[in-house]
Amino acid sequence: MTYTDRLTNVSVLGSAGKMGSGILLLAALEVADQMLKPENKDRHFVINAIDVSSAALPGLMKYIRAQVLKAAEKKVVVLRGLYAGRAELIENSDIIDAYVDDVMGLIRPSTRLEVAYESTLVFEAVSENEALKVKLFSQINENNSLQPWFFTNTSSVPIAGLDNGANLSGRVLGFHFYNPPAVQKLVEVITIDSNPSDMKEFALQLAKNMRKVVVPSNDIAGFIGNGHFMRDALFALGEARKLSASMPMPQALYIVNKVSQDYLMRPMGIFQLMDYVGVDVVRFIMSVMNPHMPAEDLHSDELDLMFEKGIKGGQFSDGSQKDGILKYDKGKPVAVFSSETGEYIPISSFAAEADIWLGSLPESTIPWKNLVKAADKDTLAARAFEAYRTSGTNGAQLALSYARRSREIGLNLVNTGVAHSAADVNTVLLTGFFHAYGPVNEFVL
Amino acid sequence: MKPHKKVYMIAGYNTISMGTGRKEFNPKKERPGLEHYLKEDGQSAVSQIGGVTKVDEGVFGNFMASRFNKQAHLGAFMAMIDPELRYKPSIRVEGACASGGLALVTGIKSVLSGSAGVVLAIGVEVQNTVKAIYGADILAGAGWFQRRKEGQAYFFPGQFSDRAGAYYEKIGREKARLAMARWYRNAIENARLCPTAQEFENKTANLESQGLTEPNPKSFTAHLNVFDCSKVSDGASAIAIVSEEGLRRCGVPVSEAVEVVAVGHAVDDITTLPADPTRLDTIAAAVKKALTTAGITTSQLATIETHDCFSIAGILGMEAIGLCGEGEGADFVLAGHTARDGKIPVNTTGGLIGWGHPTGATGVHQAVTIWEQLTGKAGNAQIAIPEDRPYGLTVNMGGDDKTVVAIVFKKTT
Repeated sequence: MTYTDRLTNVSVLGSAGKMGSGILLLAALEVADQMLKPENKDRHFVINAIDVSSAALPGLMKYIRAQVLKAAEKKVVVLRGLYAGRAELIENSDIIDAYVDDVMGLIRPSTRLEVAYESTLVFEAVSENEALKVKLFSQINENNSLQPWFFTNTSSVPIAGLDNGANLSGRVLGFHFYNPPAVQKLVEVITIDSNPSDMKEFALQLAKNMRKVVVPSNDIAGFIGNGHFMRDALFALGEARKLSASMPMPQALYIVNKVSQDYLMRPMGIFQLMDYVGVDVVRFIMSVMNPHMPAEDLHSDELDLMFEKGIKGGQFSDGSQKDGILKYDKGKPVAVFSSETGEYIPISSFAAEADIWLGSLPESTIPWKNLVKAADKDTLAARAFEAYRTSGTNGAQLALSYARRSREIGLNLVNTGVAHSAADVNTVLLTGFFHAYGPVNEFVL
Repeated sequence: MKPHKKVYMIAGYNTISMGTGRKEFNPKKERPGLEHYLKEDGQSAVSQIGGVTKVDEGVFGNFMASRFNKQAHLGAFMAMIDPELRYKPSIRVEGACASGGLALVTGIKSVLSGSAGVVLAIGVEVQNTVKAIYGADILAGAGWFQRRKEGQAYFFPGQFSDRAGAYYEKIGREKARLAMARWYRNAIENARLCPTAQEFENKTANLESQGLTEPNPKSFTAHLNVFDCSKVSDGASAIAIVSEEGLRRCGVPVSEAVEVVAVGHAVDDITTLPADPTRLDTIAAAVKKALTTAGITTSQLATIETHDCFSIAGILGMEAIGLCGEGEGADFVLAGHTARDGKIPVNTTGGLIGWGHPTGATGVHQAVTIWEQLTGKAGNAQIAIPEDRPYGLTVNMGGDDKTVVAIVFKKTT
């Protein structure tokens, strides 16, 4: 089966979700690229957008149409060539509209899993529930005579377990996008030994065509991205707990969040990132990973407490941030949750005291948005860490210990066989988490 | 066209050229429309001539409001500028990006015919109503629609990219690219001296390096980058065209006027392709008419406002105007002759690339700039006007060298 053959009938499971909708969009654009090749003009292509929620499908189609329109507007130079043979399409607007119609014509929204029985490729983006994934894969596999390939977007569940559970004989691999899939450049590809060799080749070609940066990861729960993120989050929670011996917990959380953003020059603080992903999701991923990590305890009592009090984070349907560990006003943190009282404590009530505790930020530390645009990011970041080493402030010391732990986590991912190299770990953090420098760097020591 | 009696221009005014680059510009927020620009422009111009009662006629230059703004019938906006202008004659003229130049020609003819002593000429275009990729469709109307299908996505950048490619073949790509980057640098540096310019706030340190950005045919064109191109602009310019009697009636001293000494207006067949893409023959024809009619040579020009919708158009324009020989435009620019302290300062407030290109307004804006320079009103952008070179020239082009208006102005004494 050729690359194009494999894409003639594609299904996306969980397509109305945050990740699924992005994967559906990318898949639709790639299938459309194949469909518009002159040699494929007589072939028939289908993408099944499958989701359990019937109510969500109209919104999904609306979202996809808007995104395809944006994509068409960006690549109209190429599209004019592809539609050169359609004499009636003259202006850019004619061609853009035709392309949007053609892409939307590929997509069949459905709530029924049966439509995947004729698919040759199945993307899966349902919730991080191993049993559910196995059940879906099994049902499709048992009813589909085409030996479909399954590309799971799992960020934590080991692939071999899915393969064995659904009896797929190696026809499943991890194809892990980052949120939002249409924007983030990174795809973690997790293969297992039993994968057919042409399946791996296809995955790499597909990622390349989707203009993604591929980082291979071995099949160990959490892979590289969550392997680092979950441990980073646990370290941050632990540091906050330690600090809370001498100050209220909300103030401690604020300090650790501020250090992880301002001192480490990251796009957002660690607790803001946890809110972005979802406190409940972070907690769940830890619970998925933990049984596979006998030498560690990937678990946080603090998160359990927050979860029990209804703290979940995540985003509203318009993309705005829900309150989580932090409370937000127009996207900016304004208060911190207190598990003790069950209320949010305004940052303004303790920020001055916390900032005195931190000490002044060295002049060589620059905001992430400036650092990430700089040509010599590592040099500039190293300069900031040099200042931390000579500074006696609490903020600088916390930044150093935080960065060193982040580096240690990265190296452990290599040492335990999750990542092939430190460079791969750095690439994941640079492209999947938008960090300005990789965690595995000598300059943080 | 040689005026058989004295014709002057006075009371010039430019709005800000609004678009990307201006800090006030936010594409996500509602922005001023045609009405705002016409009012600001018209009211500012008439305030300099003693009020609306002095105006006999109005003429509006506009290219594509019918598509950018879904608004035609612009002539009837004159009375919106001031109710006292109701029932006075007013028309809108169109000649693609030379619409502003045609508004001037129309006003000059009205004055020469004796039907008016004071004509208010306004050019206007509001283009940021659509994304650039759709704006390209609209602006492609300046070409022959029967060729739109075979044209590039960004139609006019594509047309001039083809000209640039031919020019690379003719004189060598490296030298041509260097000259285009120099053209860009001159444009931005001049725009930084003019508060209404779209690039007034441009702070790029190394402009020539930026200008040398390699063109990307996959996303734009093969031979031009975005810095070789004028931006999408909203704006308006106004100027009053007056007879001697009209000048007296407005109470404006002759020292604050420029005299129109010749007009060269030429068109070519819109359905044909250029015989030689490295030549702008219609510009050459119009400028020749204007200079011959004025009885002067280029050596008597103190400054020129030329239609640099693209850097390559600016360079080819130098050859078409006759400032240098064919194929010598790049050398002429690289030698610094077109810089504000060069042999012949060109586009002293940035031209279309630096000041902006609200298409239907550009011809009027060029006249306002020459008026400012020849009357000493150009502020920080002022250049010296030598006694023995009291002339200024505007060259306003519509389409791909299809409609051209060239006007020779003279400093009054």
